[in-house]
Amino acid sequence: MKQKLVPYSIIVIFFVIFVVFYKSLEDTNIYTPEVKINNDIPIFSAERLLSNETLDSKEIFQLDKFYILNIWSSWCAPCRDEHSILMDLSKSNKFIVIGMNYKDNKKNAKSFLDELGNPYEKIIIDKNGTKSIEWGAFGVPETFIIYNNKIIKKYIGPLNQELFLEIQNLTK
Amino acid sequence: MIYSVVGHYSLILGLCIGLILVYFSIQNFRNFNQLDNKILSFSFLQLFFVVVSFLALVISFIISDFSNETVFNNSHTTKPLFYKISGTWGNHEGSLLLWLLVLTLFIFIFLLRTKNQPIKYKILTLVFQQVIIIGFFLFLILTSNPFNYLFPVPNEGLGLNPILQDPALAIHPPILYLGYVGSSIIFSSALAATTLKMVSTNWAIHIKKWVLISWIFLTLGILLGSIWAYYELGWGGFWFWDPVENVSLMPWLALTTLLHCILVLERKETLTSWVIILSIATFTLSMCGTFLVRSGILNSVHTFANDPERGLFILIFLFTLIFLSLLIFFVFHKPSQNNQANFFWLSKETSILINNWFMMYFLSVVLIGTVYPIFLDVISSQKISVGPPFYHKLIIPFLIPFLLMMAIGPKLKWIKSDLKDKIYLFSLLVISVLISFFIVKNFNANVLVNTILISAALYLFFITLRDFFIKKYKNLAQNIAHFGFSLLILSILFNNLFSSEIITNLKVGETYNGSKTKIVFESINQKKQKNYNSIIANFSITNSEGINNNLSPELRIYNQPKITTSEADIKTTLMKDKFIVINLVQNQDYFNVRYQVKPFMLWIWLSVMIISLGGLISLLKKRT
Repeated sequence: MKQKLVPYSIIVIFFVIFVVFYKSLEDTNIYTPEVKINNDIPIFSAERLLSNETLDSKEIFQLDKFYILNIWSSWCAPCRDEHSILMDLSKSNKFIVIGMNYKDNKKNAKSFLDELGNPYEKIIIDKNGTKSIEWGAFGVPETFIIYNNKIIKKYIGPLNQELFLEIQNLTK
Repeated sequence: MIYSVVGHYSLILGLCIGLILVYFSIQNFRNFNQLDNKILSFSFLQLFFVVVSFLALVISFIISDFSNETVFNNSHTTKPLFYKISGTWGNHEGSLLLWLLVLTLFIFIFLLRTKNQPIKYKILTLVFQQVIIIGFFLFLILTSNPFNYLFPVPNEGLGLNPILQDPALAIHPPILYLGYVGSSIIFSSALAATTLKMVSTNWAIHIKKWVLISWIFLTLGILLGSIWAYYELGWGGFWFWDPVENVSLMPWLALTTLLHCILVLERKETLTSWVIILSIATFTLSMCGTFLVRSGILNSVHTFANDPERGLFILIFLFTLIFLSLLIFFVFHKPSQNNQANFFWLSKETSILINNWFMMYFLSVVLIGTVYPIFLDVISSQKISVGPPFYHKLIIPFLIPFLLMMAIGPKLKWIKSDLKDKIYLFSLLVISVLISFFIVKNFNANVLVNTILISAALYLFFITLRDFFIKKYKNLAQNIAHFGFSLLILSILFNNLFSSEIITNLKVGETYNGSKTKIVFESINQKKQKNYNSIIANFSITNSEGINNNLSPELRIYNQPKITTSEADIKTTLMKDKFIVINLVQNQDYFNVRYQVKPFMLWIWLSVMIISLGGLISLLKKRT
């Protein structure tokens, strides 16, 4: 009996594998990279830049306001260009600007903010770039407009005066 | 048109011959005085028909005969001749025809070259092989016929997927197939040998050639795929633990283990169960890979046309083969007990056995990582993707004892041995640890893990290097292969540790100023080629040492089908690669620029070649 147990159990295992593969044939999944608009924002938790706390995404985007998530880095030249726009946006009480510091080191990031000002209400760290991937970002700078935990608009590349007006209009 | 007819009927004739062969073989098997000449000539005829069919498809591609559906779907008149020909196997139907071609070619060579083996065994191998061949014929004719007509005849084809238009990829499938299909011969002959109870030293010597041939081709095939991914996919890496890469790695792991078991069996009648199971596993894993990739369950660059019917066919075929082989294994194989007891713990066999278990562990990690998402999806409709961190966490810690085992194992003698040269073995270990500690300390925070890893790899490196200079040590093939492996691991480790990357979005004329690197986006040129338009960006990159490089990555916008590909520009030097790739950012003037400095890239390719060179030397070596 014991000798037959091995072959039978192996056959059962292979039968299970067969059934699973057969099932999976029914829905083949073709993955297409999506533009993540009107999607729920990813759920994550991240360390803050200016303090050592860890934040959950729920805590960040909880208010009934428009959030602007800006992915930036001190080494990114276009980020420097768009910084004044972000400063302006942060002055409006309709928006809460959140920064995501992308593949950067803390010291450089802080001196960048000291030099140009800090428009961000909160800054979270994306040290290895994985969180940006979850957001569907290509690189820096990118800006997401979020309302009610949904991404309603995405801008690739630096913001400018034109886009500033567009964002202002979004909230009307 | 005429070629399609010729090709189609050749296929049907080939199938008929397969059936005739099985019939003859069974006839011959009853009164097996000698291998019937008929069998040899019919095998040749079958090969001939498949060659005709294959050539018919190649010619249809060359003359752009769009009445053929396969050609219409995968070719275009403006495509260069080289890619018209390689387009033959750059699609599902054609690549299966290539499978079939190699299958019939190998069994013919096998019949021709196998001497001094019982006729019964040859015939039985042929029967098992014909079962596989007939399965593929049916698969081809019923679900993926490469010679379907189109009427009315279209004027122009749809074109070959541009990312497949690359020299490395043109030869990657044939080489890989030689490896995969070679494993089918091992599979058939292992089953035949099990049935006839002749899994022995004698058989091991005979089958070793085939194991080595498949192993060399499989190694080179994977290498070519990896090189292609590095140059063409623009991710800047060489291995992504993508399911498609994993399905080629799994047979390789099984085959490598099999190779080591065969080397033991060649000298001593032991590990027979290992050999049989691994022979079965290697081929079924290759088939399993084909199933996963072609059925569209896994999504990848290799997913040609998704057709559940095809998936179902391969699935049933695959499991029939698995059940058949398991049945044969359990019914016929009775391991002899007396040999098992002779194992002495400090012998070469034990070290090979331990390494086998390591390999099996690596294999199961890759297998689970690849298949688990499918299971989870079916059982709980949850979609997950298993990425590099999973593999790294599970594989890297076990790599350390594995490398040490590889260094010390071959030093042990067959059966029983004492460790000679203990002093030098130990002193080399100390040296490796010290060197790696100094290397790592200067560069990286995570000292402990990296030091241990690098010292294990360095240790193998030094030991194999030293063995080259010892005259009495005569196993050159093994030495070269292990040396190559240590070099591979070292290159990968250094590559991972010291690579640097800059990702930014730039407009023409803009400059990126980093702490160490300055990238100037100087200009953009547009060029019109025969089947694509190209945008060539010119970058001037200055590093901290003031060395200036001009790199020109390219974007190609193919016209048929309309797809954009990015061609990385890579400056390869002996010690490092500078890699830059650009991507379009939607509706903006910005380009996404990714610049990487990757040390030891060249050495990764070279070391894999060294590994296969070891196999080649073992193949050519006269047995003394």
